[in-house]
Amino acid sequence: MTIAVSFEKITCTFAAKGGGSYTAVKDVDLSIAAGEFVSVVGPTGCGKSTLLNVAAGLLKPSSGVTRIFGEPLAGVNRRAGYLFQSEALMPWRSALDNVTAGLEFRGEDKAAARAKGEDWLARVGLAGFGDRYPHQLSGGMRKRVSLAQMLILDPQILLMDEPFSALDVQTRSLMENELLELWNADRKSVLFITHDLEEAISLSDRVVVLSAGPATHPIGDYRIDLPRPRDVSEIRLTPAFIALHDRIWHAMKEEVLKGYRQTRNRTSA
Amino acid sequence: MKKKLWIWQCLLLVAIFAFWHVATHPEILPPFVWDNPDRAAFFFGEPVKIFKAVYVWFAGGEIYPHLWVTLQETALAFVIGSALGLGIGLWLGLTPFASALLDPYIKAANAMPRVVLAPIFMVWFGLGIWSKVALGVTLVFFIVFFNVYQGVKEVSPVVLNNATMLGASRRQLLRFVYLPSATSWVFSSLHTSVGMAFVGAVVGEYLGSAKGVGYLIHMAEGSFDINTVFAGILVLTIFALVLDFAVSFAERRLLVWRPTQGETQPH
Ligand SMILES: Nc1ncnc2c1ncn2[C@@H]1O[C@H](COP(=O)(O)OP(=O)(O)OP(=O)(O)O)[C@@H](O)[C@H]1O
Ligand SMILES: [Mg+2]
Repeated sequence: MTIAVSFEKITCTFAAKGGGSYTAVKDVDLSIAAGEFVSVVGPTGCGKSTLLNVAAGLLKPSSGVTRIFGEPLAGVNRRAGYLFQSEALMPWRSALDNVTAGLEFRGEDKAAARAKGEDWLARVGLAGFGDRYPHQLSGGMRKRVSLAQMLILDPQILLMDEPFSALDVQTRSLMENELLELWNADRKSVLFITHDLEEAISLSDRVVVLSAGPATHPIGDYRIDLPRPRDVSEIRLTPAFIALHDRIWHAMKEEVLKGYRQTRNRTSA
Repeated sequence: MKKKLWIWQCLLLVAIFAFWHVATHPEILPPFVWDNPDRAAFFFGEPVKIFKAVYVWFAGGEIYPHLWVTLQETALAFVIGSALGLGIGLWLGLTPFASALLDPYIKAANAMPRVVLAPIFMVWFGLGIWSKVALGVTLVFFIVFFNVYQGVKEVSPVVLNNATMLGASRRQLLRFVYLPSATSWVFSSLHTSVGMAFVGAVVGEYLGSAKGVGYLIHMAEGSFDINTVFAGILVLTIFALVLDFAVSFAERRLLVWRPTQGETQPH
């Protein structure tokens, strides 16, 4: 089995306001096999985005090594696509031009890129919206454009940071199903961040639970052996899902409360 | 409502000119401020004569070369000032050391009243259009420069990271992220900078030249021809309004990607 991403003793320490330092994640060991869909859940502010930035090569860890298909990562991870937590589209480019941006950076032929872009827009359900600018699209549509923008480059690794957390419940399960379908077509390695345990279980092969910060590290690693293909809203009603949810939630609850208390103390201090 | 407002605005304009006419005409009102009935007209001009002067300028075609010179100076000052402001703003925005080094000098140059440079530019570039262009450039440059500089600093880090993850090299980031983002800041200051280019051109002409609307006003002042002075001011005002209208039009065409509030269409 090839390992797509592996964190080896990753520690990230940030300079805190007013001197001192804050260790967000400490000694994280985690690996994602090729073709595996892994979700990471954890209380807010624990260091999920930080870990994803390390995997993307956007953030150099204070110590530790990230290996991508066995090679130590230096600089930006060229094999990965990243779906950001917040708005990341270029507002001065139309939806189509946003989708084809990566191809343009690679210097691919304009007409071919356009055709491919139209095709990807159709695949994420936005055929005919190519000439809209980001501000003329809804939040859910913008996320779809981002998804197409990432997938058009056919990256081997997908890094996704709470991509659907800003969407309403219906749109969300729609997009989760779409994602699963796209992923099923050519099993890429996925590192999916979420704070929603149900979302994590219904999408993934494995769910990793992080402790509350500071010095966040994995405290649980659960294999999700629910059958595929799945429908995210139906699978939530199955007894197997509920049993898994109970088990993981039980382990998480203490951390969530701890994280909440710490965040509150940090802000009030 | 909008139509009505428009009518009221026109009526107000007519009323202003009517008041002006009545108050300055030597024969309509008995002189209550000045003992000489021609005094009011001497200081404030007479609208009828002003309109006549404007009419003669346009009908005789005498004004067009002057307007053309002023337009050229304004356009050149705007284009050159914006290009310099954009280039240097991008450069300093992206190189913290250079910007820290040059910071006090830029502040000083911006604080200096640029009009005093006009005579120096005349020595350097002569009495033709280029000394006016230079003055306009010094005014436009700082507006664009500060906007671009701020714009570069405020480019969304997420958009930058996203472009990086999509494979953009450093040069491509400059071309595909920083430049369009900075350009939008140039456009947000478009009205001010075009206005400044215009001010530079007119003030430059006024201080010494052989052509341009500013020159016409200066000449008329030299011979105490108050009506021609007001005619020149009127032409300049209309010219500025047309320019501003053109800018608004360009802005609407070029900034379609910008979110504006309340974009719904009425039925
Ligand atoms: N550049 C930085 N400088 C200082 N502190 C930082 C920096 N980036 C992150 N942190 C801190 O590290 C911690 C983890 O941040 P991170 O963004 O990874 O959280 P998260 O798990 O993604 O939270 P959320 O679920 O709310 O998105 C936070 O406490 C944050 O304040
Ligand atoms: Mg986050």
